[in-house]
Amino acid sequence: MEPDHQGALISRPKALIIGASSGIGAALARRLAAEAVDLALVARRLPELEALCDELAQAHGTRALAYSHDVQDTASVPGLLESIARDLNGLDLFIYAAGVMFPHDPSAYDTENDLLTLRVNTLGAIAWCNPVAQRFARAGQGQIVGLGSIAGDRGRRAIPAYSASKAALETYLEALRNRVSSSGVTVTTIKAGQVDTEMLKHAAAVRGPISAERAADLIWRAIRRRRQVAYIPWRWSVIGWVVRHIPSFIFRRLNL
Amino acid sequence: MTTPLPLDHLERAEAWGQASFGMAYVFRPSTSSALKAIFKLARDMGVSVGLRGGGRSYGDAAMNSEGILVDMARMNRVLAWDPVGGIIDVEPGVTVEQLWRHTLGDGWWPPVVPGTMFPTLGGCLAMNVHGKNNWREGTLGEHVLEFEAMLPTGEQFVCSPGSDHERFHAMIGGLGVLGCFTRIRLQLKRVQSGNLDVLALSVPDISSMLDEMDALKDDWEYLVGWVDGFAGGRGLGRGQIHAANHLTEGADPSPVQSLRLDRQDLPDTFFGLVPKSILWRFMKPFANNLGWRMVCLGRYLMAKRGHGHKFRQSLAEFNFLLDYVPHWKRAYWPEGLIQYQCFIPRDEASQAFGQVLKSCQARGLPPYLGVTKRHRPDDFLLSHAVDGFSLALDFRVTGRNRQRLLALTQALDAIVLAHSGRFYFAKDSTLGPEAAGAYLGGEAIQRLLDLKARHDPDGLLQTDLWRRVFAPLATREEFHNHQQAGLTDSAH
Repeated sequence: MEPDHQGALISRPKALIIGASSGIGAALARRLAAEAVDLALVARRLPELEALCDELAQAHGTRALAYSHDVQDTASVPGLLESIARDLNGLDLFIYAAGVMFPHDPSAYDTENDLLTLRVNTLGAIAWCNPVAQRFARAGQGQIVGLGSIAGDRGRRAIPAYSASKAALETYLEALRNRVSSSGVTVTTIKAGQVDTEMLKHAAAVRGPISAERAADLIWRAIRRRRQVAYIPWRWSVIGWVVRHIPSFIFRRLNL
Repeated sequence: MTTPLPLDHLERAEAWGQASFGMAYVFRPSTSSALKAIFKLARDMGVSVGLRGGGRSYGDAAMNSEGILVDMARMNRVLAWDPVGGIIDVEPGVTVEQLWRHTLGDGWWPPVVPGTMFPTLGGCLAMNVHGKNNWREGTLGEHVLEFEAMLPTGEQFVCSPGSDHERFHAMIGGLGVLGCFTRIRLQLKRVQSGNLDVLALSVPDISSMLDEMDALKDDWEYLVGWVDGFAGGRGLGRGQIHAANHLTEGADPSPVQSLRLDRQDLPDTFFGLVPKSILWRFMKPFANNLGWRMVCLGRYLMAKRGHGHKFRQSLAEFNFLLDYVPHWKRAYWPEGLIQYQCFIPRDEASQAFGQVLKSCQARGLPPYLGVTKRHRPDDFLLSHAVDGFSLALDFRVTGRNRQRLLALTQALDAIVLAHSGRFYFAKDSTLGPEAAGAYLGGEAIQRLLDLKARHDPDGLLQTDLWRRVFAPLATREEFHNHQQAGLTDSAH
């Protein structure tokens, strides 16, 4: 990669997105590229990533680098993070956008899928956020963004593992925020409502989704404002409040 | 990459001016064998290694972002001291302060010191620093009798100006990318007193400043000019000159007393009242264009009142002016400052400095501090010195002015190059490969790259500065470079 000739005085912000090959992750990559952010994109599917990198380079002249990685392979995270930071020559923003949700089948109790959901949505996030948080705390700056969900607010009958994975992720991010905010690090939890991506096809019911591009705009705004928790879009914060306060004996009778 | 570098070594390493930082895996060897082990680790992992001394370079000279950074501060032993001949052997992590504190009681002072006492001697030689007596005593490198260095291969060798002229004059001033000093032998200077005779003069503009300094240079050993960067029009480049001489034998009634270390301690209060450790907090409210203009005006009026004033000052107080206010750089917090220093041949200096100062003011980026010094050329490969003057300018960096500042320094580069001027990497944050290539010349760069290829075939020794300025030159066609692959692929 070309060295940064103006490095000592001017350097472009550098972001790493995990789960960037599709959905919100890909939309965020496009959004950040338009903001002249240098990007490292990580996902399992390398061809999709490389196509995206080419697209970004052509559209915005952005430096975007592709890395193939399965977030279940947590042991390889520290080494990969080290080389990504070296290739980018620094890191300012980390976004964990990897996530899976399996189709709802009321008759099934699929342990394999449930554990996979936890591994991708939660354990992978912890494996990445820990070394990133340590790096940012040492740097005295940086921002970590995790994608939670309104489904993490309550245990949803249709998606128990998904609800649990997002609830665990959000609690982890809150704890991480409490741990590193005094070091100048921002931890942003995005509480996404329904976004029109592949994942939405697996949702039990679709309620006024927004496009992935719109979601990326809103997330970028939350990042710029260094928000701690941001509902995407805003109206879900009201719905979320209501949902959180429905008593359990009623909630379990609702088809939510 | 299989095993990552240990995350607990990851640290923030700042440019001294605070305008930039990088994360690096910092190792702190205390012996040569530990240093060797770090080079081996770097080679095995294919990661670059940068060397850092006191970290007092204004820019990115002692940073190696995302690579290994060797902090030399713990290799700080005085290995041998001869108080009769004034010859000292030190490890590279010994600071300028440690050096003079060790020798002053015996009546010896470093022949060349920078404006602060906190750099290490290894760093001082990597940058080949000069002092306020550059036109007389040359750079610090000219007082090195010999040094021992380690290459990234682990090979160690001893080098003196007589034994290997080329290597000696390339490694000193070699930016720490040709090898790491492990032992330095210096010849110190005999002094008859711990004090200096100082003369203060005020000067109304830049040409009288330089003329006056030239007139003083035969009778005085140290010369430094302060420039009010805000004054324009007829007062462009106005300021104050301080000239100083060592005391001759007999001039000090009690040299044993004045050479005592406690007589050299800088005062810890300002006006006997304000603790200096918090003085930067009082400076901070003035660290803006209007406030600092007032400070500079006040200082110039004081200088005018004190014109012709003669007084005695301790060696430390006169030489280490930058240490007078501890942590003064924090007045520029949070964005920091950069320094721009250029060296212009004598006959063109007045005109060039005038253009430089006018460009800064015209762009609304007045320098908060300007300093002039007198220089002489030397034989070092990456020499910054000329037979002429230097002007060093401090600029405040803000969140919004970085692009404008960069554009300004590029405009200044053009002025400097048009007057056959040179630059100095201990200060630099902005020079590009083009400008560096233009003033150093193709031959010097080819020799540097050849030496680099011989000393460091894997291209392990790197800094952010090296990657900013020299690595792009190394890939050019005009230079046949034997180690391109090492530079661009394996490490960083």
